[in-house]
Amino acid sequence: MSAAPAPGAAANTPADDVARPVGAHKWTPYVLLTPGMLWLGVFFIIPTVMLVKMSLSSGTAFSGDGSFTFSRSDLQWSNYGDAWTKYVIDTPIFQKSLIYALIATALTLVIAYPLAYTIAFKSGRWKNFLLVLVIAPFFTSFLLRTNAWQTILVDSGPVVTFMENIGLLDFLHTVTNIPDSWPSWAQIFPDGITDPNRVLATPLAVIVGLAYNFLPFMTLPLYASLERIDIRFIEAATDLYSSAWTAFRKVTFPLSLPGVVAGTLLTFIPAAGDPVNAQLLGSASDAMMGNAIDAQFKSTGNYPLAAALSALLMAVIVAMVTVYVRRAGTEELV
Amino acid sequence: MSEQTATTAAESSSTGGGADLHIIDVTKRFASFKAVDDLTLTIPAGSFFALLGPSGCGKTTTLRMVAGLEEPSEGRIIIGSEDVTHLKPYKRPVNTVFQSYALFPHLDIFENVAFGLRRSKRKDVRNEVEAMLELVELSTYARRKPTQLSGGQQQRVAVARALINKPEVLLLDEPLGALDLKLRRQMQIELKRIQTDVGITFVHVTHDQEEAMTMADTIAVMNAGGVEQMGAPMELYENPVTTFVANFLGQSNLIKGELTGKSGGDALIQVQGQRMAMPTSRVHSERDEVWVGVRPEKMQISRAGTPTDGENAVTGVVTDASYIGVSTQYLVNLPWGQEVGVFAQNLSTEGPLSAGDSVVLHWNPAHTFALDATQDAEAGAEKVEGDE
Repeated sequence: MSAAPAPGAAANTPADDVARPVGAHKWTPYVLLTPGMLWLGVFFIIPTVMLVKMSLSSGTAFSGDGSFTFSRSDLQWSNYGDAWTKYVIDTPIFQKSLIYALIATALTLVIAYPLAYTIAFKSGRWKNFLLVLVIAPFFTSFLLRTNAWQTILVDSGPVVTFMENIGLLDFLHTVTNIPDSWPSWAQIFPDGITDPNRVLATPLAVIVGLAYNFLPFMTLPLYASLERIDIRFIEAATDLYSSAWTAFRKVTFPLSLPGVVAGTLLTFIPAAGDPVNAQLLGSASDAMMGNAIDAQFKSTGNYPLAAALSALLMAVIVAMVTVYVRRAGTEELV
Repeated sequence: MSEQTATTAAESSSTGGGADLHIIDVTKRFASFKAVDDLTLTIPAGSFFALLGPSGCGKTTTLRMVAGLEEPSEGRIIIGSEDVTHLKPYKRPVNTVFQSYALFPHLDIFENVAFGLRRSKRKDVRNEVEAMLELVELSTYARRKPTQLSGGQQQRVAVARALINKPEVLLLDEPLGALDLKLRRQMQIELKRIQTDVGITFVHVTHDQEEAMTMADTIAVMNAGGVEQMGAPMELYENPVTTFVANFLGQSNLIKGELTGKSGGDALIQVQGQRMAMPTSRVHSERDEVWVGVRPEKMQISRAGTPTDGENAVTGVVTDASYIGVSTQYLVNLPWGQEVGVFAQNLSTEGPLSAGDSVVLHWNPAHTFALDATQDAEAGAEKVEGDE
């Protein structure tokens, strides 16, 4: 029995260690969690607490002594009231942000789904090359790329002239015309969605810019979930009397839902708070929540109102996302 | 290749539903590789037919062409009287039990089984599905998801999902490959029972010879894209026509010999100076140079000097004896250096022979078969577990 292990090796192992791999310690998971938790604590939890605290304070940066007062006995809930009156009721910037982000997300989904599907199922040996192309925009800064669109879409530039000449701008203007019977939409798009003579400084430019900038965030999760689908599920569907389209509807699409949910969240959440596209591609009336917060912070110095706006936006997005994820029922799919 | 027709036990059970399946001159090429090479098969209605062969022999490709998941490069596939060669899979009267089942993970068991019925807009889906779940004894699992079921239960769902559509032909692609041995045995009996009950044509692809022999009325042994031999399991085992079949189905001892003439219904053979006889019906060679074949369990092993009147016999020395309870497996070295295997039942009271004993191996001439010696004596001997 010379090959038997040394007596103590197995016998000394405590009973509660049995299920753990050799060499693993019970505090390993905590050690692995520490950097992430520290990061979240410092850069998310503390700033969020500070944000909420600021939203309930009084004072502005550019008047008086420039300091803010926070008092437990005198919480400034009026900041939220002001935010609501100013950005929901007086000018519907809040609604506009959510609607721009929703349209951009829908547009991104419509573009990214066929793209991800093709890469996952039909691209053969081009798969990796196409994936690199999808993430290629990340090699340049978000700001620079949006600036580039400003140049590309400049009034009377070749792109806009071409779109005008083939009648595309007129066509778009006709189909996106908001009927008079929809006054609340007309309030959100006071100058319409498109303009017959220009692209820049219209809601269209902002929405298309958002869709462009967030396309990889939609494409990659979609690709990941489509690529995971066993081709045999689709074969089984066609074997069970499904045409290609029915097989897609009943099997491929439901199985890709986790990717759809992940992609839409990764697009919608940052798009709703994004100030860059509205600022660079839109007109003054295209200002979104990101721009409003930016303005309150930088121009007015009203930090409490800016903080209340941010907290409001965050709360609304969390609520929307919660309802959405519940409705999509993804916990059963992943 | 001439048309081969399975007309064995199948005919007696062809009273049920289903349709004849004809595979005519079918070739399938993938780039330069021929997966299936000019295959012609007729599978009679109501039979349980097995395509048996090692990985890459073309059996799965054949099945997929019948299902419509691959298109033949040449040839035709006919089900009943309908040419389905270029028909889309969803238009064929065929359903498949996929390898590892391919149950839809987002649907519960009920909806998995109902899938085909819903697509073909059948009425009364609920009752049909309930009856089918009853048949496979899974009624209480209707609202579970596939991942919540055991392998054996998933397998039964896969069969139910296909069978409920009452296809003309049911295709089974290694249906038991993912199950452990005990469950596999149980499911073999279960599948056979279901097939007898519903009476439709089953085409079963497997690399497991035991599985094929237990369930199928007719087996086609496939190798390199073609059929080596087709027939009832017993016929294939007892009277193989190629070295591949002799080795792939069980084991065979193949000894070099020469046909020297005929005497009555018997062929005479010379094996290393030793004269032997065998029925002419068991000679499968155009030439005189042959492999003389005997199954290890057909050989009897006795101490040297034991009389062997009227039997074929060779002498040898035991090199290895493995006692495994029900039998003892011997390796015996023959005078010309070849080693053969013998399975002997442990009938003797004095215990098995041991290494070094001089013995005589003898067997009934009717258990001898002769194969063309130009074939590789090792063909089909290396069995690979798991399939493409």
